[in-house]
Amino acid sequence: MSLTTAHSVVAPSSNAKRIAGALVVGYALISIVPLLWIFATSFKTPPDSIAYPPKIVFQPSIEGYCNLFTTRTRQTPEYINALGPATGFCDETVRKRNMVIAGPSNFLPRFVNSLIIAFGSTFCAVFLGTLSAYGFSRFKVPLADDLLFFILSTRFMPPIAVAIPIYLMYREIGLSDTALGMILLYTAVNVSLAVWLLKGFIDEIPREYEEAAMIDGYTRLQAFWRTVLPQATTGIAATAIFCLIFAWNEYAFAALLTSGTAQTAPPFIPTIIGEGGQDWPAVAAGTTIFLVPILVFTILLRKQLLRGITFGAVRK
Amino acid sequence: MTEAGLTMLNRTADNVARATPEPLAKRIRGISDKGLAWLFISPTILLLLAINIFPLFWAIYLSFTNYRANRPNEAVKNLGLANYRRILGDQDIWIAMQTTAHFVFWTILLQTVIGFTLAWLIDRKFRGHAFWTTIILVPMMLSPAVVGNFWRFLYEPQIGLFAYAVSFLTGIPPTNVQMLSNVELAPWAIIIVDTWMWTPYVMLICLAGLRSIPEYIYEAAEVDRASNWRQFWSITLPMALPFIMLAVLFRGIENFKMFDMVNLLTGGGPGSTTEVASITLKRQAFESWRTGYSSAFAIILFVAVFGLANIYVKALNKVKQR
Repeated sequence: MSLTTAHSVVAPSSNAKRIAGALVVGYALISIVPLLWIFATSFKTPPDSIAYPPKIVFQPSIEGYCNLFTTRTRQTPEYINALGPATGFCDETVRKRNMVIAGPSNFLPRFVNSLIIAFGSTFCAVFLGTLSAYGFSRFKVPLADDLLFFILSTRFMPPIAVAIPIYLMYREIGLSDTALGMILLYTAVNVSLAVWLLKGFIDEIPREYEEAAMIDGYTRLQAFWRTVLPQATTGIAATAIFCLIFAWNEYAFAALLTSGTAQTAPPFIPTIIGEGGQDWPAVAAGTTIFLVPILVFTILLRKQLLRGITFGAVRK
Repeated sequence: MTEAGLTMLNRTADNVARATPEPLAKRIRGISDKGLAWLFISPTILLLLAINIFPLFWAIYLSFTNYRANRPNEAVKNLGLANYRRILGDQDIWIAMQTTAHFVFWTILLQTVIGFTLAWLIDRKFRGHAFWTTIILVPMMLSPAVVGNFWRFLYEPQIGLFAYAVSFLTGIPPTNVQMLSNVELAPWAIIIVDTWMWTPYVMLICLAGLRSIPEYIYEAAEVDRASNWRQFWSITLPMALPFIMLAVLFRGIENFKMFDMVNLLTGGGPGSTTEVASITLKRQAFESWRTGYSSAFAIILFVAVFGLANIYVKALNKVKQR
């Protein structure tokens, strides 16, 4: 009789399970508090956000979001009354604090920069990565192991260390503070991950598919296009999301190499200043908007996560 | 042999010939396999040469000079090894390296212990374990800079949630919980955030390690009446060790390079108590504009990470082969 059939001797007792569950749930609840606090703060008014003791129950307000997307100036009540009725929801909200909207803030352009740079570099990294991974997986490349290690080793360098010469290089060729420069840089950083991950995925697709296609008269390129690519779509999608998350979250290069037109959201959000210090509801609003896409991806990606963070060194 | 028999044989031979493919190479039109391989690989290699290797060699060249990036028109003097000699004799650099080592040690220790414990508990597969695992994973997916910035708010002594929680639990007045401005506490403020953020990473790798241990080993141990304690020390820990070491390697490299969190939480202060190597590097390169000097420091750091990682990987491989 097999030991596992009727009653597994190694299965933890239900009591042990319950204790384990309680500990893990406890950790999860504590670790999620900072994120819930960010979310809650984004719906507070500035006075509520700095109340002590911290307010858990509060009247929700969209002032943080208004302050994030607009720049405001303080005016006298007479001035504001002379302006006539408020022109919109945000205008009305900030007028309660004797402010008027002076114009849009920099948040939206910075957010758009993040989108352009993250998606642009992801596309390039996955495109180059797929080609290279196929090359390494299917052809006899001389010194393949050395080349693969070289590709990986580009990640050992502290970003600040590479930033100095890249800064100089970009200044010479006019790429500093441009979206194109950042896309190239993030592509270079991400392509190592893309090659390693995709090589793992493509290695798992049987070569017979292409061989069959080539016997049917397809060229190697057509066989790659028609048999390998469709088989690798899951792997390509997972790789793309990892590249996207990296480019989306990156801070060091962005802080050192961009200052104006090409600045992304991570270096921008900490610089949001209100009257007399940081405007925490606005910062929280920016943080919340910035985090949402990644939260969605995390949930979609649970199963692929391990491969992505270990460069495929651990297969699951 | 009859006429009919011969025709049949011929036909069979024809069929066989038709069914047997010609050598593949002959059928491939256009580019040869070798050409295609290079066509596929070279764009990546060229990009890495342009954005990684070329700058690296530039940094090596600069590390021997007194070049300053904010004065591009000044004559560049070759200093030989002077920059390297000065760095190795510079008290501040050594303090920054010590601070870095301190951070790397504590973050790895805490993350490994908590991460492994969590993985070990989750491996019990209690009800709803998948859901809670996903919740735990969330912090590591977020931007360290954006979240680190918000932690500055949580740490505020007068208004922050962290100070409130500490004072609620211990009775210390919240104004005394000066996480970011107290010389003693500031390093721990960063260690706490880093641990909060990256423990899930270690947990995930450890979980993969625990799941890779075949069930029958435990069954055999059970038959031999090995205690739970004994099973843990003789089976669970050694079998999961290569995975734990892999997690330590990845976290070690990352924390050696730690920049975003420190820059946003303390900027290296108070004084220079949290000034890790990356922060020193940034100050030298982008605030004091000592480009040549900071390049030399960058090269030293790179060699250090590369060397340590290589030694470590050798040890890891030994453990794996055991």
